[in-house]
Amino acid sequence: MLMELEAPIFRVRALAKVYRSGDVEVHALRGVDFEAAAGEFVVMLGPSGSGKSTFLNIVGGLDAATTGEVWFEDHELTGMSERELTLYRRDHVGFVFQFYNLVPSLTARENVALVTDIARNPMRAEEALELVGLGARLDHFPAQLSGGEQQRVAIARAIAKRPEVLLCDEPTWALDSKTGVRVLEALMTVNADLGATTLVITHNAAIREIAHRVVMFGDGRIVSVAVNERRLAAADVSW
Amino acid sequence: MLALDRKLLRDLVRLWPQALAIALVMAAGVATLVLGVGTHASLDETRSTFYERNRFADVFASVTRAPGALVAEIAAVPGVQSVEPRIEKLALLSVPGLSAPATGLFVSLPDFVPQRLNLLTIRAGRLPEPGDEREAVVSEPFAKAHGFGPGSRFEAILNGRKRTLVIVGIALSPEFIYAIGPWDLMPDDRRYGIVWMSERALAGAYDLKSAFSTVHLKLLSGASERAIIETLDGKLARYGGRGAYGRKDQLSHAFLDAELLQLKAMSRITPPIFLLAAALLVNMTLSRLIALERQQIGLLKAVGYSGGTIAAHYLKFVAAITLVGIVLGAAAGVWLGNGAARLYADFFRFPFLLFRTDPSTYMAGGAAALGAGVFGALRALREVMQLPPAIAMSPPAPPQYRRMFVGLGLSDRLPRSVLMVVRHLARWPLRTASAIVGVALATAILTGTLWVFQATEFMIDTTFHRSERQDATISFVQEMPERALFDVARLPGILAVEPYRNVAAKLRNGGVERRVAITGKPAGAMLSRVLDIDFRPVPLEGAGIALTDMLARILRVGRGDVIEVELLEGDRRTTQLPVTDVIKGYFGLTAYMNIDAANRLPREADRISGVHIRYDAVRQDELFGRLKELPKASFIALQRVSLQKFRETLARNILTMVTIYVSLGAIIAFGVVYNFARITLSEQGHELASLRVLGFTRGEVSGLLILEISLVVLVAQPVGWLFGYGFAAWTAAGFSTELVRVPLIVGRDAYGYATAITLMAALVSALVVRRRIDRLDLVEVLKTRE
Ligand SMILES: Nc1ncnc2c1ncn2[C@@H]1O[C@H](COP(=O)(O)OP(=O)(O)O)[C@@H](O)[C@H]1O
Ligand SMILES: [Mg+2]
Repeated sequence: MLMELEAPIFRVRALAKVYRSGDVEVHALRGVDFEAAAGEFVVMLGPSGSGKSTFLNIVGGLDAATTGEVWFEDHELTGMSERELTLYRRDHVGFVFQFYNLVPSLTARENVALVTDIARNPMRAEEALELVGLGARLDHFPAQLSGGEQQRVAIARAIAKRPEVLLCDEPTWALDSKTGVRVLEALMTVNADLGATTLVITHNAAIREIAHRVVMFGDGRIVSVAVNERRLAAADVSW
Repeated sequence: MLALDRKLLRDLVRLWPQALAIALVMAAGVATLVLGVGTHASLDETRSTFYERNRFADVFASVTRAPGALVAEIAAVPGVQSVEPRIEKLALLSVPGLSAPATGLFVSLPDFVPQRLNLLTIRAGRLPEPGDEREAVVSEPFAKAHGFGPGSRFEAILNGRKRTLVIVGIALSPEFIYAIGPWDLMPDDRRYGIVWMSERALAGAYDLKSAFSTVHLKLLSGASERAIIETLDGKLARYGGRGAYGRKDQLSHAFLDAELLQLKAMSRITPPIFLLAAALLVNMTLSRLIALERQQIGLLKAVGYSGGTIAAHYLKFVAAITLVGIVLGAAAGVWLGNGAARLYADFFRFPFLLFRTDPSTYMAGGAAALGAGVFGALRALREVMQLPPAIAMSPPAPPQYRRMFVGLGLSDRLPRSVLMVVRHLARWPLRTASAIVGVALATAILTGTLWVFQATEFMIDTTFHRSERQDATISFVQEMPERALFDVARLPGILAVEPYRNVAAKLRNGGVERRVAITGKPAGAMLSRVLDIDFRPVPLEGAGIALTDMLARILRVGRGDVIEVELLEGDRRTTQLPVTDVIKGYFGLTAYMNIDAANRLPREADRISGVHIRYDAVRQDELFGRLKELPKASFIALQRVSLQKFRETLARNILTMVTIYVSLGAIIAFGVVYNFARITLSEQGHELASLRVLGFTRGEVSGLLILEISLVVLVAQPVGWLFGYGFAAWTAAGFSTELVRVPLIVGRDAYGYATAITLMAALVSALVVRRRIDRLDLVEVLKTRE
């Protein structure tokens, strides 16, 4: 495949994370090796507590590893200062959260503007909302939008800066099949149009069909990887 | 506008009641600061401008009679810039329309040459013609009190001879900004006025041709006041000099000083209390806001905002509130300041008195408020900086509660509602403590101001009902033989008489000395009594001297010590006296002796300076008619009348003060309780709504909130009383001058009213928040996650 020829955008080596609270140690990650090619769409599956979110947070520069290495292109995230991590997130990464995490006092357009205000080469907020099919709801507050719409605003916010990577933690968690499909469509459009490497965590095995690659987590490790020969369109999945 | 700033605006709009409550507390701080500092500066500047323009003297001295030739000699003393000799006499007045006797302080104006010192500001009319025996200029307050203008007439007994005087001018003088008669508690403009007349005319009346009875000096800058006073005393001694003194002891100046001191004390105590309360509120509210927005903060960090940018965002929120507080506070401060200036104009007679504030006052107010805001925000902002961005990725954990006092088995004994509330309070100990301290500050500021009224009442009660129990006091023009007492006793309506004798002296111990009038009273006096510190009458037997507590403290002596007494009359010898008692006295620096012993000091036969009387109120008019004509009297103090006037004025001032302080205290109490209740509600809204779903009534649910507020407010009361007592002690110390001391008596009323007002304000804010509970949208609350 074409993608395997290109240099990987992420390289993760022996990544481990231990949470300590008091005397209790939780080994969230126990040595993960992983690579992702530019423009790849990866779905991550695995039981609850298997370390998916922890992995995504470290790769996204939100959290620090205990041991191991994470490289983004030729930058080593694991050695970065808080300030450098902030810049990394600002310039390269788009996040979509499980709980949409919109600012309730800002409209859809303004929530996206939160990112375009500080990004280097952003698209217009309207354009980003257009891309996720919300061109008509620019001036609605989060409370006036459905769950699926809120999540699409979150996606618009994540992609408005034209990120190289798009990280999504259970984006369809709270959504029914029909709304979830629209969110997935938005993710796939962005992945295709912007070429953003997209990592999506989900509980929902049905979603695996739309990925280039499916990574299975279990007990802090990657237990299996499967490549899809043929991807389904978002409209063809349901749950 | 940046999206983040939009959020700021919307947050402010959404949280406006809480923001406004904080802004109001800040405004109160700024207002009291602008008021205190501004009033102090205005009064101080007005006074020095008036002094400068009208050449107010630096040193003052009075003699029995000194030859005019001495003036040149005094002028030659190194350091003396100008000298003004004059004639100064107290005399009884009979004013049309006033049944009570009045008194004028007659002051001479130089003929043919202009005044050198204490220049008059003529408000209407003109100066008297040189040598004219009928023309007079009177002080403006006196003229106003009687509706006098140029052309009005009144009568005076000058040196035993009655004359009719014509007013030709009305004036103000830097010497009499505060003009208070002897024995009076506050100026009584109807009964005391200054009358300026031609020097020749007064010299004629008092047989003082080319002589003077007082002399005022202006010194060169840098001259030693102390040295010049000493030289002057030496020169005046043989002419009956009563001891020269500087501005510090000039009555009008000293009263203004006392007022300035009080203003300064107030502006150092009150504003910090408000600003501290404001800081606590900012802390409480911002901490909660940040807790609520943890995920938004995490999100902002996740998308690349730096900790500093986000902290700045919240700091702007505080700055906006502060700005509102500063603007409101400055406006209120100026408004109150103008009111205060009007109030002052009733007591302090300046040709002009404007409430002026320079920019630095506002800057100080603004800086203080901003400082309080930032100080209050610090802890919350640190939290913002430290919040890890990964927070955005996870839902908030439910708050950790702990079982408390497990061993005591309280959980089983306390009602479930109390348990819930107590656990919630204990869950956020810092916030609970802030709320308690905040409410305590409200109680404290009220206690710390309301006590003054009771203390004043106590002071009056002690002074006029237990100590000075006479209805009136007659002062003679000069010391009279003892039989003058019987002449007074024969006046109509007199029920009791009691003589006194004043001896001017300097009391000294080591390097410290004070000029005082030693007052001699008969042993076992019944009208004008001396009370010891435990308020028991002191018999004044023996030859010792009794000193007021303040004077004893200044001279650093106690009962049984011996002090040096330099007499300023009679043979002017210096002698030693044992201190036999330290007594209670709230006004001035006074010293008492047995009247016979006092008379033996200047080695004079039994003489009296005046008589205290008690009279039959029914025959008051008849008595007053006779007193007005009494040739040997120079002044008649009417304690009964002036006490009544004092109470009226006090009642008016109390009303103003109480209104102001009650509003200010209520602002704190309301602000703290309101914010606390809103925070509690926001935290427990979910729980409370769940209870409603489970079938609790609105009343039961809001009862929980009211219970929580009540606990905080009640626990805060004793803390507030303690703080309040502290403020009172601090204020009393700040108010205490040689002129007047307010006893530190914080009565049950002060505590009671303070608590009642705080409770009222708390109740009102609780009711406001309760309405929100009643409107709690169950579905909405259960849907939102926070
Ligand atoms: N902040 C934290 N402190 C302590 N333990 C944590 C924290 N975050 C995650 N964990 C633990 O790490 C493990 C992996 O969690 P997570 O990465 O969230 O799993 P997943 O997203 O696959 O459900 C879990 O056992 C979880 O309890
Ligand atoms: Mg997870």
